[in-house]
Amino acid sequence: MNERKVGLRLGFYLLLAPLALWLTLLVLLPQIDMLMLSLRVKVGLRQYVTGPENYMEFFTEPLYWNTFLRTALMSVAATVATLIVAFPVAYYIAKVARGRSKGLLFVLCLIPFWVSELVRTFGWMILLRESGVVSNLLQWSGLSAGPVEMLYNDAAIMVGLVYASLLFMVVPLATTLDSLDDSLIEAGYDLGGNGYTVLRRVVVPHAMPGIVSGCIVVFMLTLGNYLTPTLLGGKHSLWFTEQIYNQFITRFNWEQGAAFGFLLLLLSSVMVWAGLKVSRQSLAGTLG
Amino acid sequence: MIPSIPQPRALKLIYMAYIAVFFVYLAAPLIVVTAFSFNDSMFPSLPWNGFTLDWFVNDTAPRTGLFHDGRILESIWISLVVACLVTLLSVAVGTCNAFLFERHDFPFKELLYLAMLAPLVIPGVILGISILVFSNTLINWLDALFGIEVEALRPGLMLVVLGQFSFIATISTLVIAARLRKFDTTLEEAARNLGASHWRAIRTVTLPYLRPAMIGAGIVALLMSFENFNTTLILVGPDAPLTITMFGRLREGSTPVLNAVSLFLMVVSGGLAVLSLFVQRPENESED
Repeated sequence: MNERKVGLRLGFYLLLAPLALWLTLLVLLPQIDMLMLSLRVKVGLRQYVTGPENYMEFFTEPLYWNTFLRTALMSVAATVATLIVAFPVAYYIAKVARGRSKGLLFVLCLIPFWVSELVRTFGWMILLRESGVVSNLLQWSGLSAGPVEMLYNDAAIMVGLVYASLLFMVVPLATTLDSLDDSLIEAGYDLGGNGYTVLRRVVVPHAMPGIVSGCIVVFMLTLGNYLTPTLLGGKHSLWFTEQIYNQFITRFNWEQGAAFGFLLLLLSSVMVWAGLKVSRQSLAGTLG
Repeated sequence: MIPSIPQPRALKLIYMAYIAVFFVYLAAPLIVVTAFSFNDSMFPSLPWNGFTLDWFVNDTAPRTGLFHDGRILESIWISLVVACLVTLLSVAVGTCNAFLFERHDFPFKELLYLAMLAPLVIPGVILGISILVFSNTLINWLDALFGIEVEALRPGLMLVVLGQFSFIATISTLVIAARLRKFDTTLEEAARNLGASHWRAIRTVTLPYLRPAMIGAGIVALLMSFENFNTTLILVGPDAPLTITMFGRLREGSTPVLNAVSLFLMVVSGGLAVLSLFVQRPENESED
């Protein structure tokens, strides 16, 4: 019996080892190291002191905090837009479609997301550019006299961001809406409610967990997105992940880049935490 | 708004139209990417000059097709190698983690579980830069202490593999743990009663039961690695995986060979999607 216990303990440590190595070496220590680097200030050749200067630089240089604010606000806007676009679709899949078409529509929603984000963004570039499909459609239909450039502006970024996020909204929404019993909706109507009051007082409260987890995931992914804003927004997309990339790779100012990275991580974590608090959900419940 | 509640006809039609428009929006980028890979033109844009297979099979510049474009073929190979390594690592570690969290009780289990989920809420760019910073610290540290230079820790494929693994491992853990949770432990006990050792019972009873989840997690890992951009962009060295090569070409403005690559990617991921549905089919009814 004792031998078995020793075996179990050994087994436990053998199972713990990969997890511990993974989380310590690839997640915990790198994050701590990044934080330390962000607090390091260069005073001379290979001479450094600890100080908040990199963060001061962020607050005193308007370009930096404007980009940060812009990224945050556009991410919120993209999240709200995704919710508005996805909700009717999720509701249709969960409550209106029946039998085979239900499963089919659901799978149709999933398909584009098996395809690389790069390919999807490329598709939007072909659609929106000056010599692109939409521009030609507008000219052909007579709505526009000449070629229209629809790339390289905020609207194009928005279209791309919403597109990239839809799956992460439709799936949790459809899942929670699916568990809403039809009889509750009928009861709402029986009690004299109209479409709007039933939606507001029955459907939306029931779907709240799905709405929150969808919004959290979408916000996080949008904030950290790099491809869509760079390719669809062009040179003036001003996305914060681009700033981080520039500091690291182009300007080789790692200290500044680390400070930016930490600020983005902070914003992302605060929003996730706030979302979970507001909805009284746990991270494990939302992701698992 | 469910079928059992009568609605005005006009409202129903508007709703249907919205759903139709939504699916057009969903499909549009993928359709244009596919269509323009067959366009007989130097640019992936209108006008339509007729059908050609040049962008797949032609072997002379400037109309080099996919199957003769050395750089693209090479980066497909690199992506494949990286993806296989990430998949092996993620499934192995994911399986260990699943056993650890489902079969063992230990102090700080909840905390460790949350830490295991954390890589999913850290933006990919930040995972990338933090690992870059930490590996650089390690290089300096090893150099100062032992006077050795570890080239593998410089930006390159090893860091790309580790960076992708750092968050894909979370996903494979979740997938495999979900299935292990549903395992009837009496089956394992029966094997023990019939004289099998602990390890043998796991190997002959539990692991075969987990196989669909392990294959499913493997396919997801393969796909996520192949398509990963954010983390890879930061950690990449001289050997560029496919997404990085494609990104470079996209910014330069490229011939429709990129559409051919995209179509190739779509076919591959579509195939993998079908494969994963096939593998997980029998038990998937009640999940998710």
